[in-house]
Amino acid sequence: MSVDLRNVHRCFRCGWCKLPSTFIDYNCPSYVRFHFESYSPGGRLWLIRAWLKKELRWSDRLAEILFSCVGCRNCSENCKMRFKDEVTDWIIAAKSVAIEEGLAPPKVREFLENIAKFGNPWGLPRSQRATWISGVKKYEGDEYLLYLGCESSYLEAGRKVARNVIEVLEAAGISFGILGNEEECDGNEAYMLGEMGLFQELAFKNMKLFQELGVKKVLTISPHAYNAMKKYPARSFEVIHFTQLLYELVKEGKFRFSRMECKVTYHDPCFLGRYNGIYLEPRKILLSIPGLKLVEMKRTRENSFCCGGGSGNFVFDLLHGMESPARVRVREALETGAKVLAIACPICRCMLEDAIKDEGLEEEFEVKDVAEMILDSMKSR
Amino acid sequence: MNKKEVHKALAEIVGEEYVSDSKEDLYIYSRDPGLAEPHEADFVVLPKTVEEVQKIVQLANKERIPVIPAGASLSLSGLTIPYKGGIVIDLRRMDKIIEVNRRSRYVVIEAGVTHGKLKAFLEEQYPDLCHSLPEAPPSATVVGNLMIHGQGHLAQQYGFNSSMVTGLEIVLSSGEICRIGSCALGSYWFSLEPFPIPAGLFLGWFGATGIVTKAGLRLYPKKKLRDVEVFVVEDPNLVPEVIYRVTHTEMAEDITTSAQPYPLMFRDIVMIQIYITGDEEEELEFKRKLIWSSLRDIINSKEGGFMTLAPNMKIAFLERPMSNITRFADVLKGGGFVYCGAIIPIDMFSTALKKLFEIASRNQVTFSHTGRVIGRGHCMMFSFAYPFNREDPESMEKARKAIQESYIATLEIGGIPWKPEPPIQRVLLEKMPRETAELLKRIRSLLDPNGIMNPGNWSV
Ligand SMILES: Cc1cc2nc3c(=O)[nH]c(=O)nc-3n(C[C@H](O)[C@H](O)[C@H](O)COP(=O)(O)OP(=O)(O)OC[C@H]3O[C@@H](n4cnc5c(N)ncnc54)[C@H](O)[C@@H]3O)c2cc1C
Ligand code: SF4
Ligand code: SF4
Repeated sequence: MSVDLRNVHRCFRCGWCKLPSTFIDYNCPSYVRFHFESYSPGGRLWLIRAWLKKELRWSDRLAEILFSCVGCRNCSENCKMRFKDEVTDWIIAAKSVAIEEGLAPPKVREFLENIAKFGNPWGLPRSQRATWISGVKKYEGDEYLLYLGCESSYLEAGRKVARNVIEVLEAAGISFGILGNEEECDGNEAYMLGEMGLFQELAFKNMKLFQELGVKKVLTISPHAYNAMKKYPARSFEVIHFTQLLYELVKEGKFRFSRMECKVTYHDPCFLGRYNGIYLEPRKILLSIPGLKLVEMKRTRENSFCCGGGSGNFVFDLLHGMESPARVRVREALETGAKVLAIACPICRCMLEDAIKDEGLEEEFEVKDVAEMILDSMKSR
Repeated sequence: MNKKEVHKALAEIVGEEYVSDSKEDLYIYSRDPGLAEPHEADFVVLPKTVEEVQKIVQLANKERIPVIPAGASLSLSGLTIPYKGGIVIDLRRMDKIIEVNRRSRYVVIEAGVTHGKLKAFLEEQYPDLCHSLPEAPPSATVVGNLMIHGQGHLAQQYGFNSSMVTGLEIVLSSGEICRIGSCALGSYWFSLEPFPIPAGLFLGWFGATGIVTKAGLRLYPKKKLRDVEVFVVEDPNLVPEVIYRVTHTEMAEDITTSAQPYPLMFRDIVMIQIYITGDEEEELEFKRKLIWSSLRDIINSKEGGFMTLAPNMKIAFLERPMSNITRFADVLKGGGFVYCGAIIPIDMFSTALKKLFEIASRNQVTFSHTGRVIGRGHCMMFSFAYPFNREDPESMEKARKAIQESYIATLEIGGIPWKPEPPIQRVLLEKMPRETAELLKRIRSLLDPNGIMNPGNWSV
């Protein structure tokens, strides 16, 4: 990332960036949650400038304003200025300054320190990373290294996604292996929180390990890992998100689907969609299931409304509450009349499952990942 | 009450989460993207209901604390700056589109609904209806626009947006809730008339007489197809005649003008954008033909002609709202522009343009002009716009001077500065006959005896 924070004054604070391109509703998660202009992308940029110019001193409120940006990139997508691509990077760069100056809120610091020390943001022992998983072989020159990532290693919601992906890969006869307890954090959240030193260290460690193992293709469960690894400098391996591979397998006819009458809506994760332009594959997988009806939410694809879990928020959750993005998103999904909210990211799964519980909607519908939908259809024969 | 007690009282009304006196929030709500000097607010509150607005105003009135209603604060004239401190009421949590009456073609909205949201909602639910959309960023509020007599893409056909209002719900400075129009008698919001129209006591007052919490607004037929033709003249004196002829055909939806020094291909010409709409190609073609033939002799004499538009130019002209207008803020890579929107008789177009060139050259600033015809040539909004660089005090000072001179020029040519900043409002009040200013003053003190409503605005 090479952005010059001295250009932050170019923001006009005009607010195109807090809307999706359709304008249907506000689309900046932190603005939706707090509703003060200060929490909108433009307000935040103006405050960053005021802080850097020493018109404002650092405070808990400023910390919350800065770190409640989940890095969803809706602002960069919808800002109308030539510098649009830099908008999210400016916010990340400001987080970097806060981190360097030791100003990050304790929860953020703890998050990063845990990654540095334990390789995961919760500070859980490395030895527990893969204990839950059994019967999956370790990587030894297989075609794919299946990279689970922290969320799929430690969170129950993420583990579900990993189990489903593994089952689908096995059903399709794919050659893959995992790293087990040797797996290291991918560094995406360190990057998004502006801890560039840590990101580089993690990237280096991962690349070194992959090189030693002769890995050619990394298959990620999480779009966050996918996004991070795409940024690794001088990367010598291919990175593939599981939906990309599953779509290829669907096309090759590897799965025998049965009819499954079911109305499904799909939530685009930011790091697959806006960051990496992957919109079609997950949808095509779902649409290949006979009987499945895919209905879109009012904010979809480039305009998807983030679940609020990015940039570490799935752990320190500065956006919790009645108007948390995940709860707002779940209500939006419910409006479609779908019975299943399909996801392609373990963090989204975790955020949205919790939101369904908080909204008391367990009876109405459930979150399932794309791999699980394949399994459901295969099993319903 | 001391500040702490006021904070507590506000928190009891809107909830702790929706009131702030943190310096970060005050920083943002103390300024707007224009060039007006910031003034610090004491509190920002985000009410969700009319009852909450009512209670905030009651509290403020009792304690004699100024209240400043705010939408997106995008007037660029400092109209939501708390000149005397007080409570900024950001109304954007009140964002429900309450009702659309399709057959009577109106919508009822809460104060915080944005132009973007209303446009998107209508496109999705009522694709044959639209409201008059200004070129403001879609994050701007509809009611904020009504309170400054804004104009949108239907201005040529139906006038100022504020003349499209069919009903208002207002919280008065006393905290009383007042309804105006058919909604005062029943559940329909279809018309202000035939009452004596007290809506004029609120529209155009910048919130200095009351806070609008709901508005009824006329919707209009939205045709399936829309196109633009750009007529170009070198002699600005011809512009009023071109507009006269095109408005006579009654075939155009919207007529806008533009002139700018860059890119060079646009220098020394005036462009007149003529928008046409139709449900079928045939209808478009018919309108196009009538417009062309109304200008035939000007074309034949080579004094003007239609421009062939490159596809990207056409897309830019047809975008709604036009993001190019916002992008003007980045011309100096500095995050800002200001404009004086002069409401002028169309006859004064070339005089206004000449003034713009003079002001720009005198102050060594770059500029842009855009204009919009209001009514069938009854008047137009003529903007004198100047970009500035927020990091460059010299460019800010130049733009500031240019904009002041533009206001004065507007008055000199017999125009009315639109959404003027408070110092210019005072100039207007001084310039008008004493009796007229006195009448405005009396209206204001009748509606706001304690002077708490957006003080600094429309005060003599
Ligand atoms: C790039 C750009 C282009 C623009 N183009 C146009 C255009 O084409 N046409 C046009 O008309 N305008 C235009 N504008 C000006 C302005 O942005 C719009 O008119 C906008 O709709 C104003 O809405 P707002 O929410 O920003 O209002 P604000 O600036 O928040 O409010 C405007 C005034 O109304 C008062 N107010 C707000 N809400 C209430 C309420 N509920 N009750 C009482 N008082 C209230 C405020 O105190 C203030 O005095 C443009 C602005 C920009 C930046
Ligand atoms: S980031 Fe872009 S769209 Fe957002 S407020 Fe700033 S200039 Fe406007
Ligand atoms: S990245 Fe997302 S959360 Fe952050 S300011 Fe932009 S829109 Fe808001």
